[in-house]
Amino acid sequence: MRPLDNLKVLDFCWVVAGPMTTSYFAEYGATVVRVESRQRPDVLRTAPPSRVKGKSLNGSGYYANYNANKYALGLNLGDPRAIAIVKRMVAWADMVTENFTPGTMERLGLGYDELRKIKPDIILFSTSMLGRGGPRSKLPGFGAVLSSLSGLTAITGWPDRSPTNPYGAYTDFITPRFAVATLLAALDHRRRTGVGQHIDMSQLEVSLHFLGPLLLDRANNGREAGRTGNRHEAAAPHGAFPCRGEDCWVTITCMSDAHWLALRQALSDPPWMQSERFSTLLGRKRGEDELEALLAEATQSWEAGELVRALQAAGVPAGPVHSNKGVVEDPQLGHRGHLVYYEKAEIGRHPVQRSEFRLSRAAAAQNWPTPVIGEHTRLVCRDILGMTDAEIDPLVAQGVLEEPPVASHG
Amino acid sequence: MSAKEKSSPGMLSPYRVLDLTDERGLLCGKILADLGADVLQIEPPAGNSARRIAPFYRDEPSPDHSFFWWSYAANKRSVTLDVTRADGRALLERMVASAHFLIESGRPGEMAALGLGYEDLAAINPALIVVSITPFGQTGPYSSYLASDLVGMGMGGFMYVTGDPDRAPLRVGFPHFYLHGSAAGAAGAMLAHAHRVATGEGQHVDVSCQEAVARALANSLAGYPIEGSIIVRQGAYRQTGAGTFMRITWPCKDGFVNFQFSGGASSGQSVNNFVRWMADEGMADEFLLSLDFKNLGYGTVTMEMMDRIVPPVSRFLLERTKQQLFEGAIERRILLFPVSTLGDILEDPQLEARGFFRTAESSDFGAGLTLLGPFARASATPIRATGSAPRLGQHNAEIYIDELGLARSDLIRLASAGVI
Repeated sequence: MRPLDNLKVLDFCWVVAGPMTTSYFAEYGATVVRVESRQRPDVLRTAPPSRVKGKSLNGSGYYANYNANKYALGLNLGDPRAIAIVKRMVAWADMVTENFTPGTMERLGLGYDELRKIKPDIILFSTSMLGRGGPRSKLPGFGAVLSSLSGLTAITGWPDRSPTNPYGAYTDFITPRFAVATLLAALDHRRRTGVGQHIDMSQLEVSLHFLGPLLLDRANNGREAGRTGNRHEAAAPHGAFPCRGEDCWVTITCMSDAHWLALRQALSDPPWMQSERFSTLLGRKRGEDELEALLAEATQSWEAGELVRALQAAGVPAGPVHSNKGVVEDPQLGHRGHLVYYEKAEIGRHPVQRSEFRLSRAAAAQNWPTPVIGEHTRLVCRDILGMTDAEIDPLVAQGVLEEPPVASHG
Repeated sequence: MSAKEKSSPGMLSPYRVLDLTDERGLLCGKILADLGADVLQIEPPAGNSARRIAPFYRDEPSPDHSFFWWSYAANKRSVTLDVTRADGRALLERMVASAHFLIESGRPGEMAALGLGYEDLAAINPALIVVSITPFGQTGPYSSYLASDLVGMGMGGFMYVTGDPDRAPLRVGFPHFYLHGSAAGAAGAMLAHAHRVATGEGQHVDVSCQEAVARALANSLAGYPIEGSIIVRQGAYRQTGAGTFMRITWPCKDGFVNFQFSGGASSGQSVNNFVRWMADEGMADEFLLSLDFKNLGYGTVTMEMMDRIVPPVSRFLLERTKQQLFEGAIERRILLFPVSTLGDILEDPQLEARGFFRTAESSDFGAGLTLLGPFARASATPIRATGSAPRLGQHNAEIYIDELGLARSDLIRLASAGVI
C-alpha cells in the first residue's frame, strides 16, 4: 500500500511550485486531479526541452517532470457549467490546491468560504509569490524573479562583478517541501479534530527562511552581506578548480586543518603547499588569492574523476561539478533510481525525478507519465462524478469539458 | 501575534520529535516545531556544531549568539546528552520509547556503530519514524563521500549552470545544500507519518541532499536526455534550451533589476507591456515593436534576437532607479523586480503589511530583536514565527527530572561525568 492511497486532491496548480508540491502526493498514491484548459494552458506546457518542432501543448519535458501520475481534467473555467462541475469535485476532494494570483479563486466563485459551504472540512492550499493580503499581493510573477526579491540574487556572484541569478525558477523548489510537510500536517490535524483550514504560503516568505541568518545579521547587527563567490568565512581553500578538458571543474573544500593536510598528501605535497604561511587557517585566508591560483595550477593537469577519487580517498571533501549530463549519468543518483524514464507520444523518452527520499516501507507509485491536456476528462467525469457519456458528450461539444482531439471513448 | 497564535495548539501538537542533527539537519525538525511538534534538540554536552556558525549577534562569537542557531533551532527545546556513552545511550533509548520521530544527520553507519541504527531504534519503538539526512543517501557508490555545502551544490548540478561563463561555476551565496535536504526530510517524515496512521508501522526515511538539489535544476536536467543539450551558465542570461536564451539580470541607475525577457503567455505579455512603456516614454524600438512576445514560446528567444534586444532595453533601464522601474512595472503589469538587498527586504511594504518581521517583546538578549515570521499562515492553527532558540541544555531538568524521573543527584553525577 502507498501512504496517500486515500487522499483526494483537486489541483488547480500550474507552472512549478504548485505542481511540484502535488507531485509528491501523486508519487505516494494520492488521486490528484489536475484541472487545466486549452484556453489558458500552463506556460510550462510550451517550455523547453522538447522534441516537437512548432507549438504543442504536449511536448514539454519540463512540464512532464511534475505531472506524472496525475489525472488531467480539461475544463474551461470561463463557463459557469464548468464551475458547477468543479463544485461537485470539491465535494469529492480532501484538499484543493491552487497557486493563482490571489483573488482569482474568489473571482471564479471558488474562494475558501465557498468551498467550505460545499465541504466544511476542506483543506485549501493557496501559494502565491507574495502571499494573500498586503499592497502587492496581486503582483504576478515567477520564481526566477522572486530569487531577486528574496535577496538570493544579491548575495550570489563574484565580489567584483554584478550579482548573478541562481539558475532557474529557484524559489519554486524551496516552497514544495515546506508545503508538503504543512499540508500533510493539516490533514493529520483534520483527522484528529475534524477541522479543515486554509493555508496561505507566500513564496517570498518561505524563501526568506533559506537566508534567515543573513537577515538577522542585517536587522540586528546592521551588516549587509556581500557576494563572496565560492569562498567560506572559516575555510580555505574553498572553491571550484579547473581540471583537464573543457569547462571541467572540481570543488575542493578544506573545512579543517586535517582536510588541508589530506589535500597536501593527495597532491604529493609540492613545495608551495609546505610553505609555513599556508599551515594555518588564518594564513590560508590571508593568502587566499595566491592559494587559489596555485591550487588551480595543480588541478589543471588532472582528469576530474581521478582527482575526486584521490581527494575523497585521502579524506578531502571534494566532488565533480556536474553539468546536466553529469547529473543524468551520476552513478549515485543512478543507484538511488532518482530518474524514472517514461515514454509518451510527443515528448518521447523522458526522465521524471523522484522525490529526494526513500521510505523503507511505504511504496511509491510509478504508474503513468504526464497526461496530455484533458487526457482523463472522461474518466474523471465517469468514475468520480458518475456522469454518463450522454451527459459528457454535449459538454465536450460545447467546449465546457475538454478532451484530446482524438478522444478515447473506450 | 494574535491570541490564537499564542494559545491554540499547532497541527502537530501531539507529537514528540528527537532531533540529533548537527547544523546539516536542523531545518527538518525546525519545520516540524513550527507546525507545533514538541522537538527536543539533543545536543552533545559541548553544544551543537551550529552554535559556532557566524554571523553572531553583536559579533560576539558565543554559543547562544549564532544567527544560524537562532534560525534553525528556534521553537525547539534543548537537552544535552552524549549518546556515544553508555549512560547517554540508555537515556536516549528511554526517550525513543515514547517518541514519534527521530531525526539524525550522521554519516551512513555512524548511528548503527553506536547501537542506534534504524533496526536498533525500531526494536525499542516499532512505530518510530527515523529520518536520516545525508549528502548522498544511506547506500551507493558515493554514500561515504565527504560533502561540504560547495561539494554538494556542485554534485547536485546547480553550480555548473550558475555564474558567469568566463569564470568558475558558482554556488548560491548562502549554504543551501543541506537546507534543501532537510526541508525535504520534513516532507518525507510526514509521508511516513501518513503510512503510520494507516498501518501503525514506523519506518526509515533516507534523504539524499544531492537528489534534493538535483530537483532544483528546473528544465536543465531534462535538456540533456531530450535535446542532447548541455545547459551552461550565462551570467545575466539564462540558457533555456539548445540555442535559446532569456536575459534575467539588468543593471539600472542604482543597482540591478530582474526582468525575465522571454516569450510565453505571462512573460510575453509582460515584455509586450514593457515595449509599450518604452514607446510611451519616447524610446520606441522598431525591432521590439515588430515582435509579439506573447506568441513566442516561453524561453524560445535566440541569442541573435537578444543581441538586437539588449541595447535599447539597457538604455531605458540605466536612466531609471530600481524603485522607479518597479513602480512603473507594477502599474503596467510587467514582470520586473528589483534585485533586493537585505536592507531592501527589511523595508519591503508587502512584508510589512503582512507583519512578517517581528520585534521580540523580550528575549535573553533584551527587547527589540528583529526575528522572522512564520513560513506560512494557516486559518485554524498557528504556525510558529521564529521565536527564541534554546540555550544549551536549557530543558535538561524538565526532561530528565520531571519527565524521566531522574534524581537531581543523578543529573549532577551525569553532568560531572560529561554525559549531560
